Amino acid sequence: MTETAATHAQDQAKTAVQAAAAVVKSDDSEGMSYLESLPRRLVTLYLPLFIILIVLLFPFYWMGLTSIKPDEQLIDMENYNPFWVIHPTLKHITKLLFETEYPRWLWNTMYVAACATTLSIIASVLSAYAIVRLRFKGGDAVGVLIFFAYLVPPSILFIPLASVIQAYGLFDSPLSLILVYPTLLIPFSTWLLMGYFKTIPYELEECALIDGASRWQILIKIVIPLAVPGLISAFIFSFTLCWNEFIYALTFLQSTPNKTVPVAIVNEFVDGDIYKWGSLMAGALVGSLPLVILYAFFVEHYVSAMTGAVKE
Amino acid sequence: MTTMQTSMPAQAVYKDTRSLWERLRTNRNWLALWFMLPTAAFLILFLAYPLGLGVWMSFTDERIGRTGIFIGLENYEWLWSDSIFWLSVFNTLLYTIIASAIKFAVGLYLALLLNRHMPFKAIIRAIVLVPFIVPTVLSAIAFWWIYDAQFSIVSWSLIKLGLIDHNINFLGDPNMARASVIFANIWRGVPFVAITLLAGLQTVSPSLYEAATLDGATDWQRFRYITYPLLTPIIAVVMTFSVLFTFTDFQLVWALTRGGPVNATHLMATLSYQRGILSGRLGEGAAIATAMIPFLLAAIAISWFGMQRRKWQQGSDND
Repeated sequence: MTETAATHAQDQAKTAVQAAAAVVKSDDSEGMSYLESLPRRLVTLYLPLFIILIVLLFPFYWMGLTSIKPDEQLIDMENYNPFWVIHPTLKHITKLLFETEYPRWLWNTMYVAACATTLSIIASVLSAYAIVRLRFKGGDAVGVLIFFAYLVPPSILFIPLASVIQAYGLFDSPLSLILVYPTLLIPFSTWLLMGYFKTIPYELEECALIDGASRWQILIKIVIPLAVPGLISAFIFSFTLCWNEFIYALTFLQSTPNKTVPVAIVNEFVDGDIYKWGSLMAGALVGSLPLVILYAFFVEHYVSAMTGAVKE
Repeated sequence: MTTMQTSMPAQAVYKDTRSLWERLRTNRNWLALWFMLPTAAFLILFLAYPLGLGVWMSFTDERIGRTGIFIGLENYEWLWSDSIFWLSVFNTLLYTIIASAIKFAVGLYLALLLNRHMPFKAIIRAIVLVPFIVPTVLSAIAFWWIYDAQFSIVSWSLIKLGLIDHNINFLGDPNMARASVIFANIWRGVPFVAITLLAGLQTVSPSLYEAATLDGATDWQRFRYITYPLLTPIIAVVMTFSVLFTFTDFQLVWALTRGGPVNATHLMATLSYQRGILSGRLGEGAAIATAMIPFLLAAIAISWFGMQRRKWQQGSDND
């Protein structure tokens, strides 16, 4: 009985991800498209889509191309076709990895993102469970307050936060970012997880309560295993947000070795050198790749996180 | 739900016989307090408190390394007569309105395209979101290179096509710089709008379109009287978020122009960073940041009414 209920719940928890998967995976129904002729489809569908895709992807092509172009081809646009590269070189990338502090910055970014995300997910699981299932006094109001916290942008907080961080003695330390980033991530993850927890049937928890389980045991042994797709979505989206964050990192971190990739690229590579572009683009490329690879593996979870947070 | 509530009075009967620890451990409200504690600690210490502190700092003359004293509205009076501040307000509004409107139009168009039947649908939809995944600053750097005054690939292509005869000064001329920054923002924002609207589009039943087609509706009529009304609630939410994030944007502009040329692309956020952190006048920077709050409240109010309307459309049970 309990087991069938558990599988049922698992199915329900999966539906949210599957709904998102539907966005990504093709639904094979042809719909009414057989009514259209091919030339018409070419003009109304493929051509505009092709143009939009080219515009969306061109900066990445350009980024990748520049990072493997030898310097003389970069600035000589008459003798070499700028859209292609002859004799590609790894010079910029090796320079980046072995002659600058780039690996250190990459490590900082990853470290801060992983710690902040883990902290936020733990806090969000607890608060989402409390709001959805404990039904305490004022629970709904707390949910609304957390939603409003989601709408407070970093741009209006960074100045007072800088003085708070200074007062706590955390200035120029990665710990400052690890503690501040959860304010961006918790509201979002809490709302996302609330949606997932709502799909888990009460009956399961009631069975466990009758069997003498405490709330803590219920959370650890029943709710969390059933909400794994939601947790992955929240984790990946939060990780990406951390990686992308700029203004706090720019304000709180001063010394070069402590910087994160986005801040370091903007501040450390920008000198008067006309040949800076190769290493700049290599830096941008290497800084984006980890996220793109992560995204490629978890497209469905990513989409479900994005659409889920908006729909809730 | 009902079962849980009927079990409560039974608990209440022997509640008094348990020790204080037992009660703290099992009472629903106390338990909720423990569960909410980490979230509350983060949000109060690093969100609510700084928010209040920011408003307070805007009434002081605090500088980096020196606590300020209360000076009333002096910062705001100073800003009121500061033409650069008003220029930044104008830029922010221009940036937000133009970028959001185009993001909405292109995003909706792209969502409608992606919603149609075609080969390699899955891969195309996944690719569309890539600009949203890549950190904004890193793609802004790519745009910076594309907009380079001497080696811009756009200028080069247009010259080769014979459309212009000299390089475009993308980030050097005030109006070109505004247009360039807005374009980069649109490029980054369209995937978000398109994919979230696509999720909304997929909840629209195809049978509605089939019925309308049988009744002789044109493409435009199907969009206007089926798609658009059913999509309104999600459009309201998506656009509120889009407006909010565009209005408070910082990193794109900072990476591309740092507010230049001649303050032509300074947004309120970048001006606040320049005055508050770089020049060290924290009080004045906080005043600029605080001046953004009324605009944000307006955006949130719109979001709120958008959701109310959704509730009304779907009936009161909105789970």
